[in-house]
Amino acid sequence: MSFVEYSDLIQDGDVAIVYLGPESMMPVKVKQGAQTQTRYGVIRHSSDLIGRRYGSKVTCSKGGWVYVLHMTPELWTVNLPHRTQILYTTDIATITMMLELKPGAVVCESGTGSGSLSHAILRSIAPSGHLHTVEFHQQRAEKAEEEFKEHRVDRLVTVRNQDVCKDGFGVTGVADAVFLDIPSPWEAVRHAKAAMKRQGGRVCSFSPCIEQVQKTCEALVDQGFEELSTLEVLLRVHDVRTVYLPLPDFGPDETAPQTSVALKTTTLPREMPGHTGYLTFATKPRT
Amino acid sequence: MADNVDEDSPDRIKAGDYVVLKRGDIFKAVQIQPKKKAMFEKQWFLPDTAVGQLYGSTFDVAPGGILQPRKPKDTEGSTDANEAGTDNRHILDDGKSQKLTRDDIEILKGQGLKDQEIIQQLVDNSSTFRDKTKYAQDKYIKKKKKKYENTVTILRPSCRILAMMYHGREPGKICHMRYDMLAQMLTLANIHAGSKVLVFETCAGLVLGSVMERMGGYGSVIQMFPGGGPVRAGVESFGFPAHFHDTLHEFPICHVNALLAGTLDTACKDPPAGRGQCPYFMFFFYFQAQERKVKLEEKRKKLASAAALLEGRNADGLVIASRFHPCPVLLGLIQFLSPSRPFVVYSQYKEPLIECFTKLKERGGTVNLRLTDTWLRRYQVLPNRTHPLLLMSGAGGFILSGTTVAVDDSKPANSQRAEERISSCLV
Repeated sequence: MSFVEYSDLIQDGDVAIVYLGPESMMPVKVKQGAQTQTRYGVIRHSSDLIGRRYGSKVTCSKGGWVYVLHMTPELWTVNLPHRTQILYTTDIATITMMLELKPGAVVCESGTGSGSLSHAILRSIAPSGHLHTVEFHQQRAEKAEEEFKEHRVDRLVTVRNQDVCKDGFGVTGVADAVFLDIPSPWEAVRHAKAAMKRQGGRVCSFSPCIEQVQKTCEALVDQGFEELSTLEVLLRVHDVRTVYLPLPDFGPDETAPQTSVALKTTTLPREMPGHTGYLTFATKPRT
Repeated sequence: MADNVDEDSPDRIKAGDYVVLKRGDIFKAVQIQPKKKAMFEKQWFLPDTAVGQLYGSTFDVAPGGILQPRKPKDTEGSTDANEAGTDNRHILDDGKSQKLTRDDIEILKGQGLKDQEIIQQLVDNSSTFRDKTKYAQDKYIKKKKKKYENTVTILRPSCRILAMMYHGREPGKICHMRYDMLAQMLTLANIHAGSKVLVFETCAGLVLGSVMERMGGYGSVIQMFPGGGPVRAGVESFGFPAHFHDTLHEFPICHVNALLAGTLDTACKDPPAGRGQCPYFMFFFYFQAQERKVKLEEKRKKLASAAALLEGRNADGLVIASRFHPCPVLLGLIQFLSPSRPFVVYSQYKEPLIECFTKLKERGGTVNLRLTDTWLRRYQVLPNRTHPLLLMSGAGGFILSGTTVAVDDSKPANSQRAEERISSCLV
C-alpha cells in the first residue's frame, strides 16, 4: 500500500480503511499479530488481513463483516485524526486543478495542519515532485513528519517547523505552486513569491473571512501577481430515495385503482455545509 | 545575452506548439503554424509572429496581424484621477456626455492610437467623468479597456485553462461540464501517476487530456470509444510531449461484450465475422486495398494491446463523462476494475445517475456511493467593493462516485442485512 501508488494485497505495515457501513469507516494500521475491535467483532490482522486482496469482505469474530479498502487521500481526509480544522475533498479538488498540480510539480504549503491537503498534494505530484510544507506548531510538525514516514511518502516531502510569515518556506526559486492556509496570509505573500520559480507559477490562499481575502488580494497585487480570482465551492449531496405520494380520492373511478405512487428521486439534507473558506488564486508572472 | 536565451529556451513559444490565446476571461486554443491566421475576439492576426517570445507574454495586435510584445509599464494606466465626485445625484444619463462620436473613434483608431490613448481620449471628452465617484471612474475605465483592448496573451495549455475555455466557449461539446466538476472528478477518481485508468467520454477529449495530464506520462490510459474511432481533438490542445501518447490506448466498445465473454479474437488477421455491423471496421471499406491492409494490421495490434490491458480486469480507475445514458456504460465498464478502486460518472442530468445508483445497489459490489454536484461562486475583491459577481453559472452537471469492492457471489442472510444497512429507501 502507498498513498501514492496502488497495490493489490494487504501487507504488514499498510494503513488501510475498514468499511463498516455508510458514514462508518475507520483507519487501521495493519500489523502482524495485532487485532482490531469493531462492533461486528474482532479482526485478527495476521489471519484476516495480511495477504488478502484489498476490497475483500472480512468476517469478524461475531459473524458480522466489513470491507477492507485501499487507502486514498480522499478516504484519509474523512478518517484522519483532526489536530486542526481540515480541508475537505471539494476544496482540495478545486485547489489541485487551479494550481495545475501534476507529477513532477514542486509545491510549498503552509500550514501543514493535520495533513489532509498534504496527502492529496503528494498523490498528485508523485513520483517526481516534492512538497515543502511549513508548520509553526512544533508538535503538529512532528506528528506530520511521523505520519508521512508511516505512510511511506517521506521521500516526497520536507516538513519545516518555522513561521512562514517570518522565515518563508525554506527554499527559493523552486516552486511551481504555493498554498497558504494561515491566519495572516498577506504576510506570507512575499515569501510565496520568493519560493516560486523565476518562470512563474500559481498561488492559492484559503481564508474563512472576507477581510483576510481583501488584505491578501492587496498584497498579491502589490507583489505583482496577476489573474487574481476569488471563489468558493460548495458540495451538495443528493440522497437517493423512494418516496410514496398518495393519490387523491375523488370518488369511485375505474381508471385510477392505485392509492399511491412510488417515485425514485433525490432529496437534499435539511442543513448543508454553507461555507468553508474563500479560495483566492493568482499567477506569478516571469520575474 | 546568448546564455539567457538558452536558459529560457523551454519557456519560449515555438512553431507547431499548441497554445491558448487569452484576453480577459476569453480563451481560445490554437496551434502555431507558419503563416496561419487565427481569428480571436473579432480580430485576425498571425500567431506565428510570436514565435521566440516567452510564454505568458502579452502582445499588442499591430496592423497586419503582427504580434508585438507589450512592455509591462505600458499597462499602467493613469487612474490617479485628480477630480472625482461623491455620488451620482446630479449626473444625467442622457447618452450625451461623450463628445466623441463612433466615427471620431474610428478615425483615432485609424491614426494608430494605442488602446490606452483611445481610452484617455474618451475620458477627456466625457463631460460627466470628473463628477463620477472614484469607484465609478475605475469601473468606466475598466469597461472601456475591455471594449478597446487590443492585446492577446499567449499561454501554455493546461487542464485548468482548457476546462475554462470549453465551458465558456463550447459547453455543448463537453456536456455542459463546469470546470470545478471536472476538478472533482479527477480527484474523486484518484487519478495519479502509475495507475491504469479507463476513460469513456464524449467531451471532445477534454476529460481524457485532463486524466493524461494528471498521470504525467506514467501508467496507462485506455480510452473506450463508441463508433468508428476515438475523438481526441481536445487532447491535442494540451500539447503533451510525444512520449505521453505511448501511454494512451484505445478500445472500441463494440467489442466489450466479446472481451468480457472471453470470445474476442485479436490474433485473427481478417476482421471478425459480423464486421458489417461493427462501425469500427466499416470505416476501412473506403481505403485502397494495400493501405487498408497496413492500417488494419495497425488497428489489430492496437486492439490486441488494449485488450491485453483490459482482460485482467484490474484497472485502477474509471471515468465516464458522455452524452450516452450512463447506466449501461457504467455497468459494462465497471467489470474491468479491481476491487477497492474508485469510479466516477458525470452526467448533465440527475435522473440517469439516480438509475445508476439504484442498479448498483441491486448489483452489489460497490460502497460509498454518492450523488453530488458543486455550487461555484466567484467574487470581485476590491477595497470597499467586495461582493459576489452578479452572474453565476447555474448548471454544471452531476457526479456519481463510489468505490468497488469484491462482488458477493453468494447471497446469504448477511447480504439482506447489508441491503437494510446500506439502502436509503425511506418514505
